[in-house]
Amino acid sequence: MRLLILLLFGLFAALALSVAFGETSLAFAQYADAFAQPGSPQGEILFGIRAPRACAAALTGAALGLAGAVMQGLLRNPLAEPGVLGVSAWSGAAAALAIVLGLGAIPWAIESAALGGALAAGAAVAVLAARFREPETLILFGVALAALGGAMTALIFNLSPSPVTLADVLAWLQGSLANRDWSDLGAALAPMALGAGFCAYAAGSLRMLALGDETAALSGLPMARLRVAAVAGAALLTGASVAMAGVIGFVGLAAPHLVRGAASDDPARVLAPSAIAGAILLVLADLLARVIPSETELRLGVVTALFGAPLFALVAWRAARSWRA
Amino acid sequence: MSAVLELRAVSVRRGGRAILSDVSLSVAPGEVLGLVGPNGAGKTTLLRAALGLQPRASGEVRLGGRSLESLGERERAAIAGYLPQERRVAWNMPARDIAALGAASLPPKEGHAIADACLAELEIGDLAGRGVLDMSGGERARVLLARLLATRAKLLIADEPAAGLDPEAQLLILERLRRRAFDGAAVIVTSHDLGLAARACDRLAVLHGGELRALAAPEAALSSQVLAEVFGLEGELIQSPAGLTLAARRLPFSASR
Repeated sequence: MRLLILLLFGLFAALALSVAFGETSLAFAQYADAFAQPGSPQGEILFGIRAPRACAAALTGAALGLAGAVMQGLLRNPLAEPGVLGVSAWSGAAAALAIVLGLGAIPWAIESAALGGALAAGAAVAVLAARFREPETLILFGVALAALGGAMTALIFNLSPSPVTLADVLAWLQGSLANRDWSDLGAALAPMALGAGFCAYAAGSLRMLALGDETAALSGLPMARLRVAAVAGAALLTGASVAMAGVIGFVGLAAPHLVRGAASDDPARVLAPSAIAGAILLVLADLLARVIPSETELRLGVVTALFGAPLFALVAWRAARSWRA
Repeated sequence: MSAVLELRAVSVRRGGRAILSDVSLSVAPGEVLGLVGPNGAGKTTLLRAALGLQPRASGEVRLGGRSLESLGERERAAIAGYLPQERRVAWNMPARDIAALGAASLPPKEGHAIADACLAELEIGDLAGRGVLDMSGGERARVLLARLLATRAKLLIADEPAAGLDPEAQLLILERLRRRAFDGAAVIVTSHDLGLAARACDRLAVLHGGELRALAAPEAALSSQVLAEVFGLEGELIQSPAGLTLAARRLPFSASR
């Protein structure tokens, strides 16, 4: 509980920073104006542009952190993340296809495609999860699914009609939260809430799975149903996050490890802290992407990996001891 | 008293090969049944078939007087608790939390109280807060057994609960399982230590190549003939002040292999 309060405090601090700073620097008097008159240009920068973007980063990061924690628990593997079952690859491929087909002009078409791609992959994995207990089976199947998603994306690149479309696809695959507004947040909320609900439902089973499939199977819990719920939850969360921000790696892998030690390494207790840690990570990464001076704005996926990977290596170094089983 | 577990002519096939052939046995409340046999005899397969983890080719399993297939997950868990041979734990959770998984159907507070009691029963109460991956293999084995005890199921099935432990810990574990039988549970354990099994169990079931070769009190089940034909040993069980002990040596030309 103390961990959650601490993390929430951190999240609010990160959000405040993210709203306060950005590409355009404001003087103190301008901040005062913005608060006095939200309709003023300064107010528009803070509450019309930065605030929804920061909240979108928080929501996306939370979804990825939670999905990563659920995947790690389900597969009993500290290296698992939302991408491991091919969900993000299919989501990205479906979005790329939508862009190339020129659906970008239709509102929500690309976002829906991203979510649809994730759900298609998620459904395939869920069918498998209901039938087979062993995490290795799921991982192998996921690797195949991810490779297929990657190949479809490459094929779309290959056959793409124009360089402009290619640039669009590439931008999507590298992840960005530029120009996200409140309506984007509203649209992502429903699938994310549903996904989080599935994850919460499956939480208890993750703890049981720590002792192996057979112990879990005899624990009295409806394991087949709970495994499907975990996969469905992770797929919804990942799909909604790709729809919101494109493909962003790393957050789902790293967030659970940042809080694991403080949550007694319990795969159920680690879920909520992982979500908040993921939110903090992505809000800060997006802030960095905006304030680092560069010709064009840095891509969010680039920033998360560039700054997150060394940090993660440090955490992994410290945690390595407890992974030895 | 009626049997908690009853196997009627159970057969299991895998890849066209018979792993278990026509095995019938039953375990009553208050009884400790030992399952012994060489590697690959089908001990674990029998346990898994009895619990519905392993599909059967034929035969019937009755748990708590009802057909296994008619039981829901929760009903089955209330009747039977299982400790697999595999002692891998994925995450470094505290011993208390692991043991409490046995009583997960209860409110957390009660579950933890039961977990603490079971850990104390296995003389590792002082390790309740320690992560299981920071423990020695023997300590972890006890934590996992504490989870089985915490289920308070009518039938406790433990696959090699004492394997790899020091002699004192082996005796402690079997003593605690015996106490559960004394309190009314039915207990099934597998063991490669024939002396230990003979001393701790009321009856022994000897499996060989998937067939039930003997099912009787230890002295009768581990007769010189069975020792020779199943285990390739020449010797006998002898009564010592500490209980039954196996005095045997390897047969020069092992006829059973």
